[in-house]
Amino acid sequence: MHATHDPKHDHGQTHAHGHDHSHTHEHVCWGHSTHSPVHHRLEISNLKVSYREVLALEGINFATECGRSLALVGPNGAGKSTLLKSLAGLLKADSGRILWRGSPLVSSSHELAYLPQRGDVDWNFPITVRGLVEMGRYPNLGWWKKYSTHDEEIVERALAAMDLKDLEKRQISALSGGQQQRAFIARALAQEAHVLLLDEPFTGLDRPAQETLIRLFKELTREGRLLIASHHDLKSVPDIFDEVLVIKRKQFAFGPVKDVFSEKLIEETYSS
Amino acid sequence: MSTFADFISEAPAKRALLACAMIGFSNGFASAFVVLRKSALKVGTLSHGLLPGIALAVLFFGLSQWSALAGAVFAAMFIGLGSLFVARTSRLDQDTALGILYTAGFAAGYIVLTRLNIRQKLDEWLFGSIVGMADSDLWIAFGISVLAVLMLTAMQRPLLIFLFEPNVAASLGVPVRFLNYATFGIVILVLISSLQAVGCILSVGLLVAPAATVYLFSNSARALFLGGGIIGMLGSVAAFFLSYPLGWHISSTIVLVLGVIFALAYISSPRYGLFSKRRQAA
Repeated sequence: MHATHDPKHDHGQTHAHGHDHSHTHEHVCWGHSTHSPVHHRLEISNLKVSYREVLALEGINFATECGRSLALVGPNGAGKSTLLKSLAGLLKADSGRILWRGSPLVSSSHELAYLPQRGDVDWNFPITVRGLVEMGRYPNLGWWKKYSTHDEEIVERALAAMDLKDLEKRQISALSGGQQQRAFIARALAQEAHVLLLDEPFTGLDRPAQETLIRLFKELTREGRLLIASHHDLKSVPDIFDEVLVIKRKQFAFGPVKDVFSEKLIEETYSS
Repeated sequence: MSTFADFISEAPAKRALLACAMIGFSNGFASAFVVLRKSALKVGTLSHGLLPGIALAVLFFGLSQWSALAGAVFAAMFIGLGSLFVARTSRLDQDTALGILYTAGFAAGYIVLTRLNIRQKLDEWLFGSIVGMADSDLWIAFGISVLAVLMLTAMQRPLLIFLFEPNVAASLGVPVRFLNYATFGIVILVLISSLQAVGCILSVGLLVAPAATVYLFSNSARALFLGGGIIGMLGSVAAFFLSYPLGWHISSTIVLVLGVIFALAYISSPRYGLFSKRRQAA
């Protein structure tokens, strides 16, 4: 049983393992070799969340695992952002459980990366692409631990993986939308995050940038990461994601895109 | 007629020069936080709000350095937390509540201080009196400066994430609530240290202008802290040397010099100022 795991012990183990693993292998997704991916399971049960004292979500139940990409779909105000934020621990759930490998997801903050909507980011902040990616080392380093050559290597690799080497000295507002998105993904990679929560990552990107991002999504899931993204372009869901969760304050459907994602379902969800 | 050499050889002048350097550095260092937090106006209301606290402390405990400090801390807490409380328990937002609380408090403080017949001192609290600093004042300023700079440096890593993404920093494991309180405390302490140098009306300038100047040139948030400290210190020391021959009020000269330095930066910044390409493109 996952629930019998000692979360502290578990946490320490993955940390140490991630450390040596990332030295030797191209991708940073640790745990893939020792645990089977089945152990890397995210389980949400009976989740109920209120936002500013208004019920935003209830009856959310689903489970997915590493190596998949999951689209959160639903009309405006359906609770997609709320769900992402509660997964990230930024909103407290009224009730229900969010378990990652049998322990509360938020207790392993370095395994989880939340990427805000682009509109929520202060693009004028005095920080370069490299500075942003270096921030990703924080959950591993804490307040004072020295930034080592090991950290440096991980940051380098994250920059290279997102094709940002040439742009590393740029201030973040001097990037295109796609580059900005990649910079935040690079930070998640530097964090060695296993679960990426993305709020509308494709919004505002031009066609080529979207295609690049789709390709990167596939690479990230192939490396064993779990991607969960809210998404409003219904047509592109089958091209990008493996699984889909359709919500409108309540859960309407969940499952593999090819099985559950139908015109009928969309019509039901989006008609008020 | 005394020369500048005579003036500078006197103890009060030496103390004032030292105070300029110290308070200029610590306030400039902390100004990075104020600029990145975009809280200049809040700090302005807070600094005005210190006056009633000082007035009450003087009323009840007599005028001493420590009673004034305690009063200032109390007033800042009262106005800061009071505005939060009003915002939570009514339909008003915190800024509105702050606007009422600090002006009413300032008015009350002014009345109390004028009724107390310590007119001379009142001007010093309002506009500062750096030449009048005693050794004990200097020690307080020194202690606060060291504490503020050390704390801001020690918290640098989580602090930058907190400043960059206040709403999502918690997802990276940043102790957001702790940083909120700790930085609030630091800002109050630094304000108190500058109170004597530039007074509660001008102190905001010292707590905003230095880092705002660096902000127009640098893309490193860390540089804002150290750069702000250096500009704050150099500006204050320069103002000290300017004020004597010109016969200008030192505190006002400090804030004016920092304002002029900012204006020069604004005009000359290649990327983020008046004539930057970015602006022309927009």
